[in-house]
Amino acid sequence: MILPNGWEMVVGLEVHTELLTKSKLFCGCENHFGSEPNTNICPVCLGLPGSLPVLNREAVDFAMRIGMSLHCTIAPSTFHRKNYFYPDQSKDYQISQYDLPINSGGFLDLPDGSRVSIERAHMEEDTGKSTHLGGSGRLAGADSSLVDYNRCGVPLVEIVSGPDIRSSAQARAYAAELRGILIATGASDGRLEEGSMRFDANVSVRQSGAPLGTRCEIKNLNSLRSLQRAIDYEALRQIDLIEGGGVVRQETRHWDENLSETSTLRVKEDADDYRYFRDPDLVDLAPDQGWQDRVRAALPAMPAERRAGVVALLDDVTDAQLDAVEVVIDLGLEKYVHAVAEASGDASLAVARTANELAADLDNVANLTTEAFVTTVLMEQRGELSATQAKTVLAEVLISGADPRDVAAAKGFEQLSADSLGSTVASLIKAHPDEWSRYRDGDDKLAQFFIGLVMKLTRGQANGKAVIAELQARR
Amino acid sequence: MKSALQIAADVRSGASSANDELERTFSVIAERNEELNVFLHVDFEGARRVARDVDERVARGEDVGPLAGVPIAIKDNMCQVGIPTTCSSKILEGWRPPYDATVIQRIVAAGAVPVGKTNLDEFAMGSSTENSAFGPTRNPLDPSRVPGGSSGGSAAAVAADMTSISLGSDTGGSIRQPAALCGLVGVKPTYGLVSRYGLVAFASSLDQIGPFARTVTDSALLLEVLAGHDPKDSTSLPEPSPSLLAHLNDGVAGQKIGLVRELVEGADDSVVTAVRSAADALREAGAEIVELSLPELALTLSAYYLIAPAEASSNLARFDGVRYGLRVNAVDVTTMMEATRTAGFGAEVKRRIMLGTYALSAGYYDAYYGQALKVRTLTINAFARAYEQVNLLLGATTPGVAFKFGAKTEDPMAMYLNDVFTIPTNLAGDPALSVPFGTGEEGLPIGVQLLGPGRSEAQLFAAARVLEIADGRS
Amino acid sequence: MSNAITRDEVAKVARLARLILSDAELDLFTEQLGQVLEHAADMNSLDLADVVATAHPFGLTNVVREDVVIASLDRDAVLAMAPDARDHRFAVPRILGEAP
Ligand SMILES: [Mg+2]
Ligand SMILES: [Zn+2]
Repeated sequence: MILPNGWEMVVGLEVHTELLTKSKLFCGCENHFGSEPNTNICPVCLGLPGSLPVLNREAVDFAMRIGMSLHCTIAPSTFHRKNYFYPDQSKDYQISQYDLPINSGGFLDLPDGSRVSIERAHMEEDTGKSTHLGGSGRLAGADSSLVDYNRCGVPLVEIVSGPDIRSSAQARAYAAELRGILIATGASDGRLEEGSMRFDANVSVRQSGAPLGTRCEIKNLNSLRSLQRAIDYEALRQIDLIEGGGVVRQETRHWDENLSETSTLRVKEDADDYRYFRDPDLVDLAPDQGWQDRVRAALPAMPAERRAGVVALLDDVTDAQLDAVEVVIDLGLEKYVHAVAEASGDASLAVARTANELAADLDNVANLTTEAFVTTVLMEQRGELSATQAKTVLAEVLISGADPRDVAAAKGFEQLSADSLGSTVASLIKAHPDEWSRYRDGDDKLAQFFIGLVMKLTRGQANGKAVIAELQARR
Repeated sequence: MKSALQIAADVRSGASSANDELERTFSVIAERNEELNVFLHVDFEGARRVARDVDERVARGEDVGPLAGVPIAIKDNMCQVGIPTTCSSKILEGWRPPYDATVIQRIVAAGAVPVGKTNLDEFAMGSSTENSAFGPTRNPLDPSRVPGGSSGGSAAAVAADMTSISLGSDTGGSIRQPAALCGLVGVKPTYGLVSRYGLVAFASSLDQIGPFARTVTDSALLLEVLAGHDPKDSTSLPEPSPSLLAHLNDGVAGQKIGLVRELVEGADDSVVTAVRSAADALREAGAEIVELSLPELALTLSAYYLIAPAEASSNLARFDGVRYGLRVNAVDVTTMMEATRTAGFGAEVKRRIMLGTYALSAGYYDAYYGQALKVRTLTINAFARAYEQVNLLLGATTPGVAFKFGAKTEDPMAMYLNDVFTIPTNLAGDPALSVPFGTGEEGLPIGVQLLGPGRSEAQLFAAARVLEIADGRS
Repeated sequence: MSNAITRDEVAKVARLARLILSDAELDLFTEQLGQVLEHAADMNSLDLADVVATAHPFGLTNVVREDVVIASLDRDAVLAMAPDARDHRFAVPRILGEAP
């Protein structure tokens, strides 16, 4: 979307991601989505008097992995208390990193080449969850609320970008790329629908080049689509307001997906006095070089690097191919493409088969060995299988895990071996001498005539390229 | 009354039984608790069960532990499964923790028999045990006077011969001051030596659990059991617990002990005299006494009364009527929280929550809380400098002997000033103890304070033992 | 009577701390908190710009536990201590606004 009248939007994102630890950030309760309410609670996460927090080492590892993947500096850090009363927060303060976060000063490069700076990626604990009774189940208008503390104390990393984003599409691309990185690090499952990743967007508008405008924060966006739509809506709302002679008020706003609009949640006021101070129950966190090196050594390749690795295998890359590579990377299937390339096979064909046939049956991908995939692609490449046959073979192998050669044989795809194709072509040349001589004299269009005949004879199972190769060989 | 050391020896040898010792404790409680208001809850059934278990294990020839069959009183700000834990506050009335404090696990593992929970100033905020929602505790030595606080109940339990030992907690003097006022030995260990897990927090960076006992030996015996690393407390020191009993009679020969001007100045004449004669006694035992001044200590009261309330304001936020304890109903959750906290907390707790909230709030943090943390640094540095010159420090524990009820309740600042000698070492995290030495007005006991660098408990006990002997106590 | 803290500030702090003070308590607390803050003036007059703040007596670092799951508390026992519970959850009266 292009903003009217020379307006520009300035967007920064705060992304909260839950970490895939087994236990919570400061206690041994299970970190698990979807448990029966209040079954993952203990004195610590329930804030019982006298209980004390102890930091989960794995959460620190994940936080460092995220920071390293975002090119952040890892520095000695502390935990603070953010004090505010709210029933879903069992201690009435949140333990969060404040002025000294573990990760700061990084960046994220997007597939379009743009770079978004990362101000910080700090650790904190999640809150519990409330359900509301009466008033159609929403907070507003409810009579009372019920609180489940299973999520209370689940580890979070909050990744705060600089105000570098200039369009909702870029915001979306940033969120998607970040999600890919979080999944790649193993820190997050990236499940937006379960709330394991949540977005807050800080949006302001200005005339290009003017100083920053007053920003509004849109809270708790839980899909890429909502994120993009909410930002567009909010930018246009602010522009309308300013053009109508109004002033943007700094406030927190809520996005209503059904109404497709944002509305005021809270106006920023002096009640927001969180009285941050160092949590005296916790000590400094300062991972030494050895600890950092161990984490870095275990860090897998990030999506951008993996994407580049696959693209490098392709010759003239089209936009459609780039999209297919994106699918391959998102689904973590690039090992199939690399295996084909290593066998000196056609990487481009491998990308196509992976992004389509494999992506269509993810549940069964575990059944497919790279060897079986390479065999199938090479058979197709050599003309032993037509495209249609190759797809059929792959679909079967994905389900059964059988050897693709056996599948092809069982389906009767064998007659299309080079030998049998050769004899078919030879007999057709004999039967159509006129057409053959015109073809021989240089009329390439007649190739299609012979391909059509071969297809008819083989009920469409031949490989067009292989037929042309046969014809060329006899020309 | 028998010492804990003697009880444990008798129980182990079969000369006595855990059950007999417990019933003796119960009978003293029955005699005096109504008058003194020491115990808020006596766990007759649970204690008898633990005592029976100890006796059965002794009968089977098992090693029951160093506190075999010793009845022990617990300050009611430590969690014990199923036992009411109130912190002397209406806001927790009726609450029974589903978990044990680490210290409870440790004493029970050592064979001790927890008999019940003792009165305190609400959430350990006070110096007289007058701030209890369940009425004040009286000083067993003179029931018209306070036992000190906040661990007044635990001090009184030992002073009234109900138990030989008890547990207290010390944030700004809450063990040492009542020990002094009740004629007992009271120890604030090095910060991190004893686990805080299960101690309802007042000011987390200052709180330490420690022992009350009649004798230095019993104090050391109990502290050896309490001390040691606890993985449930991130601030727990990693080193193994120190050996204390083995060094009790090491004496002070060759030690350099500093008599600190700021830890005596302003005290009553009888207290100053007691401290001076304690210095003489130590000198006679071979120590070199040097007088020194640590002017920074004059600032510590101000720093303490910002740092402790600041931490408390956050620690006590969780008492909001949602998950446990008192709730005063209201139409919405914010009003419910306000009504609950307003009804549940007493005046002193509210005062400190207010003070701490203010000290942390936007615009005041740097001037108050931030500045107090810097004064804390100065305090630490001052002590460190002192310990470059001397091994231990000597001073008064309190400015005077036990005072009358109501003497300081109208003026919070006067009450706060009662902690002026005990507070500095809490800020520094270093250990200190109070040992009875001499008497003051109406024959009431005076406590002198010994202070040392981190983890110097063994030397402190050895010096205290010298004073105990010089004072004719053993 | 001191000016270290005003009555309005005391009222604001009470709101932050979720305490309701009567008019008489407001007056009393304004005076008493004022006295404590005035006593703190000895500290405030010092130039401590070069002094680092100490939040903690000993400088322990990197105290961590392994990522191991331990048993939860019994839900019924926990909810039994709650002032109000329904549907295995802690029940509270109407919440006025979203969390900040
Ligand atoms: Mg956050
Ligand atoms: Zn837990």
